[in-house]
Amino acid sequence: MTAHTTTPPEIGGIGHSLKRVEDARLIEGQGNFLDDISLPGMLYMALVRSPVAHARINGIDIEAAMAVDGVLAVVTGELMAAHNLAWMPTLSGDTQAVLATDKVRYQGQEVAAVIATDPYIAADGAELVDVDYDVLPAVVTPQQSLDPDTVVIRDEKEGQTDNLAYEWECGDDAATAEAFARADRVVSIQTHYPRSHPAPLETCGIVADVNPVTGQATIYMTSQAPHAHRTLFAMVAGLPEQNIRIISPDIGGGFGNKVPIYPGYVVATAASLVIGKPVKWVETRTGNLISTGFGRDYHMSGELALTDEGRILGLRVDVLSDQGAFYSDAQPSRYRAGLFHVVTGSYDFPAAHITCRGAFTNKAPGGVAYRCSFRITEASYLIERLVQTAAYELGIDPADLRFRNFIQPEQFPYETPTGFVYDSGDYPTALRKALDAVGYEQLREEQAEARAQGRLIGIGIAHFTEAVGAGPAHTYDIAGLKMIDSAELRVHPTGKAILKLGVKTQGQGHETTFAQIVAEQLGIPAYDIKVEHGDTDHTPYGLGTYASRSTPVGGAATAVVARKLADKARHIAAHLLEAAVEDIEMAAGKLHVKGSPDQAVTIQDVALAAYTNLPEGMEYGLEDVTYYNPPNLTFPYGSYIVVVEVDPDTGVWKVERMVALDDCGVRINPMIVEGQIHGGLTEGFAMSSMQWITFDEDGNCIGSNFMDYLVPTAWETPRFELLETVVPSPHHPIGAKGVGESATVGSPAAYVNAVVDALAHLGVRNIDMPVLPDRVWEAIDSAAS
Amino acid sequence: MEVTVNVNGTDHTADVEPRKLLVDHIRTVVGLTGTHIGCDTTSCGVCTVLLDGAPVKSCTVLAVQADGRSVTTVEGLKSGGELHPVQTAFSDEHGLQCGFCTPAMMLVGAALLEQNPDPSDEEIRWAISGNLCRCTGYMNIVKSIRAAAEAKATAAAGADS
Ligand code: FES
Ligand code: FES
Repeated sequence: MTAHTTTPPEIGGIGHSLKRVEDARLIEGQGNFLDDISLPGMLYMALVRSPVAHARINGIDIEAAMAVDGVLAVVTGELMAAHNLAWMPTLSGDTQAVLATDKVRYQGQEVAAVIATDPYIAADGAELVDVDYDVLPAVVTPQQSLDPDTVVIRDEKEGQTDNLAYEWECGDDAATAEAFARADRVVSIQTHYPRSHPAPLETCGIVADVNPVTGQATIYMTSQAPHAHRTLFAMVAGLPEQNIRIISPDIGGGFGNKVPIYPGYVVATAASLVIGKPVKWVETRTGNLISTGFGRDYHMSGELALTDEGRILGLRVDVLSDQGAFYSDAQPSRYRAGLFHVVTGSYDFPAAHITCRGAFTNKAPGGVAYRCSFRITEASYLIERLVQTAAYELGIDPADLRFRNFIQPEQFPYETPTGFVYDSGDYPTALRKALDAVGYEQLREEQAEARAQGRLIGIGIAHFTEAVGAGPAHTYDIAGLKMIDSAELRVHPTGKAILKLGVKTQGQGHETTFAQIVAEQLGIPAYDIKVEHGDTDHTPYGLGTYASRSTPVGGAATAVVARKLADKARHIAAHLLEAAVEDIEMAAGKLHVKGSPDQAVTIQDVALAAYTNLPEGMEYGLEDVTYYNPPNLTFPYGSYIVVVEVDPDTGVWKVERMVALDDCGVRINPMIVEGQIHGGLTEGFAMSSMQWITFDEDGNCIGSNFMDYLVPTAWETPRFELLETVVPSPHHPIGAKGVGESATVGSPAAYVNAVVDALAHLGVRNIDMPVLPDRVWEAIDSAAS
Repeated sequence: MEVTVNVNGTDHTADVEPRKLLVDHIRTVVGLTGTHIGCDTTSCGVCTVLLDGAPVKSCTVLAVQADGRSVTTVEGLKSGGELHPVQTAFSDEHGLQCGFCTPAMMLVGAALLEQNPDPSDEEIRWAISGNLCRCTGYMNIVKSIRAAAEAKATAAAGADS
């Protein structure tokens, strides 16, 4: 690896591919995941879920369940209502049922909970809870939902007379109309970004331990945002916040699934409060797939206005999103469709207009940012599919069309027609480098030859720009909480340190990379720095890890707090060396007098002096805390190229090459960055080829387990070739932009563009994801007829 | 039913319900939590252990079926205080992220190398195709198992010479 470093390997600052600190426990089976937690006297909870998508509840008979030896309680909506907890607020300002009282509104909805002494007994009890349902017709598409004759799903909601969940628009309607009026060509596409599920291998769970005497609530929970969850628990349950301690242990993958607060968490906590014993609830896989945080489900129509020469003049987009029964997208409160308005992508054009509507349906709620920064995957997919379509319609090579419209390096900072200010980038260099790596021109020749022999080769390009790292407090909040984040750094007398974070890893390697940020600033070896996170009693406040915000926000806080300590260290060194502060230089853990490298002390000497030998008037200690309010989002980007071969007889397609160039600014730990990209490219492949949460006309979820909801194994997953460029973020303290989600955002369009490209000469322009072989075969077949 | 299972070299005798899954037995009775649970349909493989040396999904074996047999879990991979080469390789090659699939992946890798000390990438991919990973995209898992094969070969050559 050729990363630029300023520290030697033994210090391990930015740019070193340090081996991960967290591995030591995980490779020996000594991780501490939620289900590994066991407390004395702990009880177990199992949920009773609705088997139907829409029904009135006539009654719930708990007698048989209560008769099971070991069942201690059956909690129903009625009981929760007595504590004013039958409903809870969502992260998008709607309300969601905790346990259903009046109706069930999707299959899998939580209806009751059984508390027992053993998990098997809890499951037995749940089987025996007898719910009397009056089944109602299910509304399973948003189009059907918005038909004025359709039954109102949310009839319990005051003032709700239809199934509209929200309406939102952005951009300039008049300027866009003017651009379309000037256009030589208008190219359009209609596509559905299907419902998908993050499906981390560890499902969601909680161990709620409320002490009946002290009122102390210690809540172990699979949480990507423990601090925000503590505050929300305090607000929803009315518990005093100082008595709530959320501990998010090792997390077995999150991907957005572990951002919302789910009914199971609330019921388990309430049960622990009432019974006075710890209560554990661990979701089943089916429960996870049918009830918690799905992603996407966007029906999108996009139109591009173009000149004959292939210059884009304007973009018009209309979205209909399927929200399920409750509008619970986890997203900044100001934006009803997340950051979907980044849909103008990597291109320079003056006008765009976006309209979005969300509809309630009898499906699970969610709308989480599944490995993306709030609806950015949908946006990136649409623009890259549109540009590809435009290339075919205009007869311009898809790479060339992108070059003609790219925002140029000298245009940064670049304000988009929907109001983002992109921080930095060099798109032409990135795409050129990716094209060269894949051998693009040569591949086009091979494609033509293959076609002549009846073989179908496709080359798909996607050049994405993400908007991550939410975000500046003037614009970004979730449920009113500003999206700042924090870091607290303490250097101990022996020169070892502890760093406490508001963000929380789910596998991204924060315990290693965040220590590297400190090592870079202070010269303390990264392995001498312990990183603590996930325990709200012991870490400073922050909004958590999702939307690729850890490095842009928490990483910035870490760099800033370390610099504050570096400044104090310089003052202490000046005192020790009897020199002026201005003359102290600091590099790789040594502080020396300018011009005389021998007159030096180490950062470890300074740490000891901070507790033993200070200049007159200086406060003891070497520690500080920083709350970072980012001045802007960061805008990682990349150029992805996929080569596929499609079998014309079966529609099966196989990825022959996947070349991914990412520019995420400065890479803290290149090894970890590449690991993140591998994972993201696989998720992108999964969504484009197989992952699919779908429903039959009665609202039964097809995709409720890993036999029906297909996620790729090593056998199907393509091999990836990675490339990079580095254009630092100008406003981030270390120039980093975040990378955890880039590849999931950028790659689906590349895979789909590749399959469509293989069939483009037949006139095929679109196949919706997941691009299943039967859909490909049908596209070929209908093109032929 | 009284059941004796040898786990990582030690006999554990306990009275178990006939319906108890081996994975639950290992996690809650034997008390080793490195073996995980990720699905309800024998699909994810995070519960994999070695039963008499062969990988099985312990969510699909009853504890009573393991009576008199020997089980190796991730906690038993180490020998004589030394990490198994797959453990070292997973860390060296960044073969894990969240670590939830990792114990199972390493056990499958270790079992593969017993059968086939020099597997190709394709053979590794086939061997781990019963085990899901949602974080890594498998690239570095394959690399880790390859690296472990090479480390074992080097160690064997060193021992021979
Ligand atoms: S828990 Fe998924 S296969 Fe055993
Ligand atoms: S490392 Fe997270 S599932 Fe494999």
